[in-house]
Amino acid sequence: MAKIIAGIGTSHTPAIGAAVDNGKTAEPYWTPLFKGYEPAKKWMAETKPDVAIVVYNDHVNAFDFKIIPTFALGCGAEFPVADEGWGARPVPIVKGYPELAAHMVQSLVLDEFDMTIVNEMQVDHGLTVPMTLLYGQPKAWPVRVIPLAVNVIQYPAPTGNRCYQLGKAIKKAVDSWDEDLRVVIFGTGGMSHQIQGPRAGLINKEFDTAFLDGLTRDPERLAHIQPLEYLRDAGAEAIELVMWLIMRGALGDNVREVYRFYHVPASSTGVGHIILEAA
Amino acid sequence: MSKKPEEYEDIPGTWVFDAERARKGYHLNAFLYSLMKAENRAEFLADERKYLQKFPMTDEQRDAVVNRAWNRLLELGGVSYALAKLAFTDKKSYQFMASQMVGIPESEYVKMMLAGGRSPDGWRSKSERKG
Repeated sequence: MAKIIAGIGTSHTPAIGAAVDNGKTAEPYWTPLFKGYEPAKKWMAETKPDVAIVVYNDHVNAFDFKIIPTFALGCGAEFPVADEGWGARPVPIVKGYPELAAHMVQSLVLDEFDMTIVNEMQVDHGLTVPMTLLYGQPKAWPVRVIPLAVNVIQYPAPTGNRCYQLGKAIKKAVDSWDEDLRVVIFGTGGMSHQIQGPRAGLINKEFDTAFLDGLTRDPERLAHIQPLEYLRDAGAEAIELVMWLIMRGALGDNVREVYRFYHVPASSTGVGHIILEAA
Repeated sequence: MSKKPEEYEDIPGTWVFDAERARKGYHLNAFLYSLMKAENRAEFLADERKYLQKFPMTDEQRDAVVNRAWNRLLELGGVSYALAKLAFTDKKSYQFMASQMVGIPESEYVKMMLAGGRSPDGWRSKSERKG
């Protein structure tokens, strides 16, 4: 049987990808960050999951404003890497898992989560930066990926609770897939940040720390943080953290925190990272 | 016909990209999206005003693009991720764009971030900001 064995929360700041792609990881600005991800890379190399469900948001790359799906599941066999305006990142093409994705869509829709089915799409830094952070720079990604793109750009994003419940439904879908597969789920984006307007640069370390703590101690509380609270207290773009709640919901009631890292800044972002193993 | 002001409109220095801004900014954002293609970036830079005529935007929006009036662009319905494509077209970074929105040199903005970023204290509501 397939099983979701762990969840990974991580920021997906584009500047992190650019630092790797341009060989800047040894610069003083970047060394603390990349050092903080070393144990995570080691964990991933030892864990070797078969499939990664990556919950992320598209940043006006795959989806322009003609269609804005709230939850879009990538059901294709592969997903090319987008040129976001400065050339495509030099990372391998992302290979999907259409059979499992198709099963997930059926299970989720019957479970009353009305997913948008996407058979062809490009993926942007929201997905590729977390892959780089956990896998480094391989010639081919050693894992099959099911992208789950969430609208967090046009207000309102789905609520934290809706995301948390979707995570639970994803667990149910994966659990009912009859193949021995070890699956991990990424919740990406965040943590506190604002990259627009005169208030840009906002960081709230207390908020972020409480959020990281809450993932093991009290996810139900996190699921009920209101949109206004994210916007006001943690920055306009901190709403991305709802995507971490999909990850958390997919892990079941009990989890064990195996690694945590927090660092300010990467560009304008409070970078958070956590690894949770399903108990 | 109108609706009550949203609570998030009370957050200072912030334009939440909601359905109303998305509606006003639709063609502006379509223009910004077009800058993902290298040939469009070149065509735009060669004659900005001419290129902007291809999109049924308002003149206010066109002026704000030409003037790189970043906060005005947010107010007129531009979304930051799409605006970033204009910054990239100018060979500038996201961080540069953010510093322009704040109104300080990029070096100062970088320094603020290295020191832990902007505290939310004093920035939660417009009344708190004034007080």
